[in-house]
Amino acid sequence: MKELICITCPRGCHLRVDDNLNVTGNFCPRGEAYAKAELTHPVRMVTSTVAIASISESRLPVKTKEPVPKEFIFPVMEEIRKTVVKAPIKIGDVVIENVCNSGVDVIATKDIEK
Amino acid sequence: MINRKLVIIGGGSAGMAAAIKAYELGERDILIIEKNAYLGGILNQCIHNGFGLHEFKEELTGPEFMTRFSKKVDELGISYALESNVLSISDDKVVTYSNAKDGLVEVKAEAIILTTGCYERNAGAIQIPGDRPSGIYTAGQAQLFANCYGYLVGKRVFILGSGDIGLIMARRMTLEGAKVLGVAELMPYSAGLNRNIVQCLKDYDIPLYLSHTVKKVIGESHLEKVVIAKVDEKMNFIEGTEQIFNCDCLLLSVGLLPNVDLFNKLPLSMSKTRGAKVNQAMETEIPGIFSAGNVLHVHDLVDYVVEEAREAAVGAISYLNGELKHEGHVYDVNPGVGINYVVPQKVFLDDVKDNLSFKFRVAKPMKDINILITEGNNIIKKIFKPAIVPSEMEIVHVSKDLFKRESNEIKVYVEEKK
Repeated sequence: MKELICITCPRGCHLRVDDNLNVTGNFCPRGEAYAKAELTHPVRMVTSTVAIASISESRLPVKTKEPVPKEFIFPVMEEIRKTVVKAPIKIGDVVIENVCNSGVDVIATKDIEK
Repeated sequence: MINRKLVIIGGGSAGMAAAIKAYELGERDILIIEKNAYLGGILNQCIHNGFGLHEFKEELTGPEFMTRFSKKVDELGISYALESNVLSISDDKVVTYSNAKDGLVEVKAEAIILTTGCYERNAGAIQIPGDRPSGIYTAGQAQLFANCYGYLVGKRVFILGSGDIGLIMARRMTLEGAKVLGVAELMPYSAGLNRNIVQCLKDYDIPLYLSHTVKKVIGESHLEKVVIAKVDEKMNFIEGTEQIFNCDCLLLSVGLLPNVDLFNKLPLSMSKTRGAKVNQAMETEIPGIFSAGNVLHVHDLVDYVVEEAREAAVGAISYLNGELKHEGHVYDVNPGVGINYVVPQKVFLDDVKDNLSFKFRVAKPMKDINILITEGNNIIKKIFKPAIVPSEMEIVHVSKDLFKRESNEIKVYVEEKK
């Protein structure tokens, strides 16, 4: 039995999910869908910053282009920590390709001209 | 003295959205005045995603969201002064600002929109008991250090207050290698959005202590310990519930206040939001001076900030065109039972085009309730809500035609199920 708080709406139903993925405690069907996705394949976006050689900024904000499985969060952060880039850089530029073999790129989320 | 039709003070998301809307409505003589060296305001340091679901139908990070707006401002050729600090606004709409290049500049504006955002309540504002060591920051300060300068302000962190920035920083500092020991919230419910409780605390097993607050801060020169304790309904500490955390950093996420400093010298009354009182056009009590975004009332989503800023721009353009008459049937708008505040506080019905919108927050979390909007004894709108929480602002749109002009008070209140 797992317990979850549904984040689909402000009601915040306390969901209980058994081993066969039967959901109880949900006020509406969206809670069931949320619980099933969350327990079978939870994914998250990772956002952070990397060091940048630039005359105006010291950090470049970045994100994973797509959400990655939760277990990838800390390994992705390790790679991000090692990375140094150089200006100029544009939003969407790939900063780390296929990070940790997750199939997802880490991309820049800010334009830094010089 | 320079003359400008429309001066917008503050080049964050609200200021840029207002400027773009005013341009789209035909106004070309616009000046945005911004204190930072860039347009974008606080979004620059909000590197997490989740911005823009309403506006762009996708989840963007703060810098991405602000860049979409700043690029548009540049494309349209709207002028702005950066690194410029506004010193005063006079009641005849002279805006005085200064910067290193131009020195002291006076601009005579025909209309002004104030979009200066909000600021964080700090340690002094909440009078934390105990020592006064270093290592105590507001969550936003820690966010600026981490995301813009690359400094982590602590390694063992405790967070007071469950506001969204505090929750976001709990995750952020965990990802950067700090140990976040817990979050204490004075109220019996969280001040932040549910999704942030799940994604920022539960994901990383960070405990949330509801009905708890800091009883004592201990540390000779740098923070060493934080003592928290549980409080009862009257907010008094309950003996024997103390817990001690060894930590080198205390982050505060204990509320945001509209940054209305520039309004203080003007004859304006303030509302329960701590922002200026406004009418349906987001216009303050001084005709031609408008206010929108977090300086009016603190929002939870930037999407709603830009929407409101556009309403203020529509208002400002109507004012410049002589269309805001401030005549005819007028209402005072008041929060009733279960409601903390309502924006706007006044409605000039004849100045409304088609629809009116009311924004409000409830006083406590409730389930299965009706929201009622009344004009005197007439119920104008009744909306059922399965659940409602103070941390999420509500917006209700009402058609102008529904008003009967029989009373001078509009009330928004909650009807609880018996």
